[in-house]
Amino acid sequence: MKYPIRAGDVEHGGSASARIKAELTAAGVDPITARRAGIVAFEGEMNLIVYSNDGGTLRVSVEPHAVYIEVEDNGPGIEDIDLAMTPGYSTAPDWATDLGFGAGMGLINMRKNSDHFEIHSHVGAGTKIQCWIHRPEPSPAKGQEGS
Amino acid sequence: MKLSQIAERLSLVPIVEANEPDAEVTGGYCGDLLSHVLSSARPGNLWVTIQHHTNVVAVAQVAGLSAIVIAEGRQPDEATQSRAREGGIALYSSSESTYEIAGRLHRLLSDPT
Repeated sequence: MKYPIRAGDVEHGGSASARIKAELTAAGVDPITARRAGIVAFEGEMNLIVYSNDGGTLRVSVEPHAVYIEVEDNGPGIEDIDLAMTPGYSTAPDWATDLGFGAGMGLINMRKNSDHFEIHSHVGAGTKIQCWIHRPEPSPAKGQEGS
Repeated sequence: MKLSQIAERLSLVPIVEANEPDAEVTGGYCGDLLSHVLSSARPGNLWVTIQHHTNVVAVAQVAGLSAIVIAEGRQPDEATQSRAREGGIALYSSSESTYEIAGRLHRLLSDPT
C-alpha cells in the first residue's frame, strides 16, 4: 500500500493513517498491532505534512510476522538525528504547535511503537524512516481459521 | 460505564452521535498535544481536549478512543464533524473546562452510583 502525502496539507492530516489502520484490520492484522501501526503512520504522516519540502510517501506492507511502514521524503533532511530523537525537542512552526503538533514526541512515538526502527537522513537529500511492528504468533486455533 | 450513560451524567452535548453508545468507557485522558494523546491514552478512553480541528478525529481513530469531548464550549467546524461521522468517532462538546470535566468523569467512574 502506498500513500502520497502532501506538504502542508494539515486539513487531511491523519486521513491516510486512519485508512491504514482500517485496512490492516480488514486484512486480518490483530487490533494491538494495527493500533501501533496506526500511531507510527500518523506520526510519519504528520512529519511529512509539517516538515517536508514537497511531501513524501508512506508505504505499508503486511508481512507474515510484521507490519512494515516506511516514511520517505526528499528533504530538507535532519541535521542532528540524536537531537531530533530527544523527547520534547521540536522545530515545529507556531501554526503547528497551535494545533497540538510539535510536542517533540513524534519520532519517539514511532520508535516506541516499533519493534525495529531505523532512521536515515541527509540534509539536502531527505529522510527515510523504516519501522517494523511485529505481529503476535497466531494461536493454533486461530491459525487454522480461514486457511 | 457506558458512553451514553457518561454523556448523560456529564451533560455532554452530542455533536456527532456515537455509533456504539453502549460501548464501555475504559477511563479518561486529557490533553491537547496530539503525540502525548497517542502515547498515553488507552483504547476505549474518553478524550477531553480543547483542540477541535480535523486531525483530532484521526488521533481518536488510530488510538481507538471511545469519544472526543471538546471542552470550554469550543465547537468543531463542519469538516471536523464530517470526518467524525465518516470515521465513526463520537464528538461531544461541553461548556465546562477540561479540569471540571475530568474531575466529574473521575468521580463517576470511581463511584458509578
